[in-house]
Amino acid sequence: MKHQASVASRLYGRLDDVSGEAGYAEHPPRVGFFTDTSVCIGCKACEVACKEWNALPDPDAGVLKLSGESYDNTSALGASSWRHVAFIEQGPLDAGAPAAGGLSPADVLGPALAGLASPDSVAPATRWLMASDVCKHCTHAACLDVCPTGALVRTEFGTVIVQSDVCNGCAYCVSACPFGVIDRREDDGRAWKCTMCYDRLRGGMEPACAKACPTDSIQFGPLDELRVTAAARVQELHASGVTDARLYGADPDDGIGGAGAFFLLLDEPEVYGLPPNPVVTTKDLPAMWKWAGGAAALLVAGVAAAFAGRRP
Amino acid sequence: MSEERQVPEAEFRSYYGRPILKVTRWKEPHLPAYLFLGELSGAAAVLAAAAAATRRPALARSGRLIAAAAAYGGAGFLTAELGRPERFVNMLRVAKPTSPMSMGSWILAAHSGLVSAAAASEVTGQLPVLGAAAGLAASVTGPLLATYPGVLLANTAVPAWHTAYRELPLLFAGGAMTAAGAGGLAVSACRADRTDFDAARRLALAGAVMESAAGFGLERLHGLSGEPYRQGNSGNLLRTARFLTIGGAAATLAARRSRIAAGAAAALLTAGGVCAKFAVLRAGVASARDPRYVVAAQRGGA
Ligand code: SF4
Ligand code: SF4
Repeated sequence: MKHQASVASRLYGRLDDVSGEAGYAEHPPRVGFFTDTSVCIGCKACEVACKEWNALPDPDAGVLKLSGESYDNTSALGASSWRHVAFIEQGPLDAGAPAAGGLSPADVLGPALAGLASPDSVAPATRWLMASDVCKHCTHAACLDVCPTGALVRTEFGTVIVQSDVCNGCAYCVSACPFGVIDRREDDGRAWKCTMCYDRLRGGMEPACAKACPTDSIQFGPLDELRVTAAARVQELHASGVTDARLYGADPDDGIGGAGAFFLLLDEPEVYGLPPNPVVTTKDLPAMWKWAGGAAALLVAGVAAAFAGRRP
Repeated sequence: MSEERQVPEAEFRSYYGRPILKVTRWKEPHLPAYLFLGELSGAAAVLAAAAAATRRPALARSGRLIAAAAAYGGAGFLTAELGRPERFVNMLRVAKPTSPMSMGSWILAAHSGLVSAAAASEVTGQLPVLGAAAGLAASVTGPLLATYPGVLLANTAVPAWHTAYRELPLLFAGGAMTAAGAGGLAVSACRADRTDFDAARRLALAGAVMESAAGFGLERLHGLSGEPYRQGNSGNLLRTARFLTIGGAAATLAARRSRIAAGAAAALLTAGGVCAKFAVLRAGVASARDPRYVVAAQRGGA
């Protein structure tokens, strides 16, 4: 029974020592990102720092593309975009003059700052949501589970990285990730995603995005500590009237066993392009093999039946 | 049908309508061709082993040759699908139970070896005992090769694939029987003496029933995740596939007497099987591209 439980927790559920489970006898504490979107100002310093440090190529090959989607022209995470700042404009932008006479900066910056600015400020007529998205470094990482070559591995820090000298570009990880994070670069044929700056971690430095973030919207540190910080931040926001605030990916009992990079959001996850309740696909793997095994047995039975009749 | 729309259109929100998931990089015709050739090789190996055991030498010979040719064709499409084809061998770098593609690569490698040995012995007449043993062993790897792609596709975040983890292996097992039966029918259409090929006809019929039933099961999949199997281009393809398969089954009934009917049955059944594979790929693409499917599956528990 003990053995069975450990097999199950490999695929799904709570897993407290993710590096230990991956075979690291001794390892540093699991690290992660807490991205507090309530203080994000949309400056994209994280995107730029990531591109620079990791020498990521331009996915659009020098062609200037404007999406028409607010200030977001990166549009999505991808093989060469490992941080992506989303911009969501909510509310009527020109629904007549707001009660306070024109939009105050607090209105524009959203309820989080509005609440802090002045207790009797009016409800904002419109708000911008900004959020810097990144690979979640899942506890149960589907990309890692399905990778057939062993290119995707768990590091001693509990993060998930691709070894680009091993990846053969099968693209299985691309379809397995429930967040649409990892992708294949079509020019070099391999899969790429955020490494949480593995090289910097090895050197005792924090990842480039967290270092560059001017508002501390991106916080880096041991995951346990970040979870405590985040819970306190949500309480603080709730106390100041920002009841929309919620954590995303912080629960170690969720469908992916908790994210190594989790978020504080001010609206439903899908508004930010995030799946509302992702579950690692390998949770159902034993059931899938059972059905495939049953189907294989039916195939054999079908052939046997075809030969069972009397010869003509 | 009222439960199909679990998230009313008006309540659905997204980030500029952009996909939540990455749309698969698996492409046409590679993936459908690989699925079809894999199942063909798998079932043809079983057919050949059974034919050998029941002393139907002509059918055994065709089965072995088809199994080998399809295994090589399938492996070729699989390799061409890789971003780095020259690193195909990395598939055998590890054996990873959580990766259906790793398991499948080992199955394919073992199966290809066995069917090659059986076919080589068949063609050269050398080492008949070893050839027969390899052929028999391939009747174990064959069914796995035919059905593991159901796990391969289902073990993804793609709603239309993941939700279909029961139906997909059944579709592929049925398709395998149909494809191998059709292979036998095609050979029989070229021969005057078709007595050995009675079993291939029966196999084609059994496969057509199973394949059509599984296709029907996909269409009936509960909730929004089943929608791509009912609607749009993928839904049309799946219905076309069933139409072809049933037509092929009808022609099979006349194939004992008529070589023309045998040839027509082989063509229709093969076309139906290939068409179903395209339908499955496109259904997955449709469900990954539209964030509605992801949100509905996770909020409504589709
Ligand atoms: S978010 Fe996707 S790419 Fe990142 S670890 Fe999780 S499954 Fe892998
Ligand atoms: S594309 Fe590379 S990293 Fe992704 S699953 Fe295939 S081998 Fe692994």
